[in-house]
This record gives sequence, C-alpha cells and structure tokens, in this order.
Amino acid sequence: MKWSPALFAIVAREALRFVHQRERFVAALVRPLVWLLVFAAGFRAALGLSITPPYQTYITYETYIVPGLCGMVLLFNGMQSSLSLVYDREMGSMRLLLTSPLPRWWLLTAKLIGSSLISIAQVYAFLLIAAAFGITLPPMGYVAAFPALLLAGFMLGALGLALSSFIKQLENFAGIMNFVIFPMFFLSSALYPLWKMAESSRLLHDICAANPFTHAVELIRFALYGELNLAALGWTLLATTLFGAAALWGYDPARGMMQSRK
Amino acid sequence: MTLSVSNLSFSYGTKTALKGVSFTLAPSFSALLGPNGAGKSTLFALLTRLFTAPGAHIEIAGHDLNANPRRALAALGVVFQQPTLDLDLTVRQNLKYFAALHGLRGADASHRIDAALSRLDMRERAHEKVRKLNGGHRRRTEIARVLLHEPQVLLLDEPTVGLDAASRAAITDHVHGLAEDGMTVLWATHLTDEISDNDHLLILHQGQFIADGRAGDVANGRSLKDYFLAVTGDNAA
Repeated sequence: MKWSPALFAIVAREALRFVHQRERFVAALVRPLVWLLVFAAGFRAALGLSITPPYQTYITYETYIVPGLCGMVLLFNGMQSSLSLVYDREMGSMRLLLTSPLPRWWLLTAKLIGSSLISIAQVYAFLLIAAAFGITLPPMGYVAAFPALLLAGFMLGALGLALSSFIKQLENFAGIMNFVIFPMFFLSSALYPLWKMAESSRLLHDICAANPFTHAVELIRFALYGELNLAALGWTLLATTLFGAAALWGYDPARGMMQSRK
Repeated sequence: MTLSVSNLSFSYGTKTALKGVSFTLAPSFSALLGPNGAGKSTLFALLTRLFTAPGAHIEIAGHDLNANPRRALAALGVVFQQPTLDLDLTVRQNLKYFAALHGLRGADASHRIDAALSRLDMRERAHEKVRKLNGGHRRRTEIARVLLHEPQVLLLDEPTVGLDAASRAAITDHVHGLAEDGMTVLWATHLTDEISDNDHLLILHQGQFIADGRAGDVANGRSLKDYFLAVTGDNAA
C-alpha cells in the first residue's frame, strides 16, 4: 500500500479546513500585528536594546519582536489545530484517521506537516504586512527562515498533539491559554532579550533559557538574518523529539489516553 | 470465519465494560443488540484498534489485529456512531480523502468512488457539500465511503441514530444487500425493528453475550422486542 496519498490528502485537508475558516486566519494575523503596531510602539521608548547577535546595528524594539511574533503565530496555531482534536466533532475525524491501515507515526507526522505548513503561510502573511509598515528583514532572511519555521512549527504542533492526547476534557481554549500558551510566550525571549531578563531576575532568566519556545524563537531570529544558531537548533530538535515521542505515546492504542474517551 | 474474537475483556478503571467476550462471524448480516451502556461502543473501539486489550485475540479476515494491525485494518470498514464527515467538503471530496487514507488515488480512486456512490444512490449528490445533506444522506455517504477499499468486514455502530423511519429502512436495506453480496456485517443497534428473523443475532448485556444465534430462533416465537425486554429488563427498545 502506498503511503504518499495519505500525506497529500491530510495536508490538503488541513489547507481546505483553513481556507474555510477565514476568521481563524484574520485572528491569526491580527494578534501579532496588535503586538507589533501597538505594544511595541509603546515599548520602544521604555526599552533600550544594545547590539547583540544576530543584529549588527542598533535596532528598534519592533524589529526585535518580529521573530517572537512569528513564533507566536506558530504557537497559537500548533495548539489550536491539535487541540481542536479534543472536541468530539474532531475526535470523529481522528478516529477515521487512526483506523487507516498506515503506521500511526506516519499519520501523526502527516498531520503535523499539514498544520505546520498552514502556520507558516500565516507567518509569511504577517511578515508581509510588517514589511508594509516598514519593518523589513534582509531579503535572504525570508528564505532562510523557512526551515527554522518548519522545525518550530513541528515542535509546537507535536506539543499540541501530545496535549490533545492527555487532556481528557477541554471545556474551552482558556485552560491552554493560561497554562501553556501564556507561560511559554511570556517566559521566553520573544518579547525581551534574555540578558535584559537577567538584569531583573536570575531565576526568570533561567526559566526563560530552559523554555523550548525561547530556542525556537532564537532559531527563527538568527535564520531571519541568514545565520544558524546551532545551540537553538539543537534544543529545538531535542524538544521536537520529546514532544513527538509523547504524542506517539499518547496515541498508542495499548497505553494511550484514547481509552478515557470511548 | 472472517471475524473472530476470543477472550475479550476490558475495564475503564474499576468499571468493567466487557467480560471475556468471544464470538465468530461468517459473511452475513449480524446484529449486535444491546441496551445503552451494554459495551457495544467499547467492543467497536477494540475491534478498530482505537485501543487494545491485553490477552484478547481478534482476527479480521485471517489477520491478527495485534500482530498485524495494518493488514487487519485494511480488511475492515467502519461506520462510527459519531459522524466523521467533513461538513465543508463535498461528498466526493470526503470520499477522495478517505480513499487516500487507504492508499488509493487517481483513476482507480475515482472509479471506486463512482461505483460506491451509485450503489448507495448518491451519485447525483456527489458535488454537494455535506453540510447541505440531510441526516439520511450523510449516513449513506459514510456507507459509500466505507466501501471504497472493498473491506471484507464491515462494522456499523448504531448507524441509524437520529434518522427518520424512511431513511432508517433504506439504510438497513442497503446494508442487508451488502451482506447478501458476501460481506461480513456487524450492525450494532438498540432497536429490535432493524433485525429480521434470518439475521445472525448477538445480544450484549452488561459486558457479556446472553444470546448468539439466528434471530428467529433466539426469539423463539415471541417478538424480538418482547424477548429483548424480558432478558435485559430494559425499556429502551
């Protein structure tokens, strides 16, 4: 039996679902744009940034938070597309997927590829609008960022998939907002550089440095300037592997939490 | 035997759902009758390997579900109780998606989709969005879909829930027709009027089978409904 038709079909289905949910696309764009155009404008005056790699000149705060906001798009999408599985309506389609005679790791990977590509399309839409407001990056950076965005999308999608298999009931999205998305986003280098964080609290700095989202953001940040941050790549790969393994474990029919939802 | 199950037990924590269930099915229409909560959905989840039970042996079309899950699943078609169609896609797009999950695409998939839709009298609705279809046609779409990979064993979990009498009768007839063509059908229900005297009948009650035989013989002169109420003490039938 051929494996490739399932991959293309799953990716195409994610894309179609996305096209049908225009409000989701708008929300995904408005969210980082509000941060960029409102929050960052206000913060620019308050926060001075010294020159640290990958930046070679003094940069504005808006420029600093662009990679973090790319990460935010991936974070929200990764959680949203995977956690929609928790709802019953989506559980039906998951059942359909899992009764296909293909290895589960392949089916889950196909789902991750699909949701990551959708997220990346949104990231580029965001970057385009940011550019229209004058916040531009080196041209090659837009290309170099693609693999970084893909890996970060995988990492966050795998986390969402793992969570969707362990969380029995989810009344709404708020629980995940409060306990996963907000801590991951705020305790990272998305909004403030780690050295700045260290000035106020060593503990906060250490938490941020251990947060996989920080490394995903740094990977994207360096890639946007055509550079490879090896340490960030290593940590992001490690986290992707761990989250992926947790997702596979969660959807294993012998041990998984599917059992709690007959 | 195209479906054989032995020694199947399952518990949700301390709550036992199935107690050492064993049965075999040959190509025919078999009805799995049981009141709500009897263990039907648990049995289906185990047969479709959504989860597994240690110590049990399940064989589908000669393939051990534990040892060779992909071959076993390839011979199995499932219509879940919950609808699993994508409402924003057309009937045809839904079928194409499913075909791809079974490794089918291109002209082969197209040909099978046409044949399955014709069989269920759904050909003219192929390009309608599922959201626009009524409950009966949605179910028919799901049954057409499950025929695409030509499964030997077909499982249907209360497929007529929420449908009007005419749609229920049409779907019951369609599936009886599939069984007559040589498919092994297991039809879970809590409605006795969907079962005819010549069907193979399994009655599941409190996680155990309390009847296994030809429906007419099991009822033994009484109406199946009366018999079912008497043995299960249930008024849902």
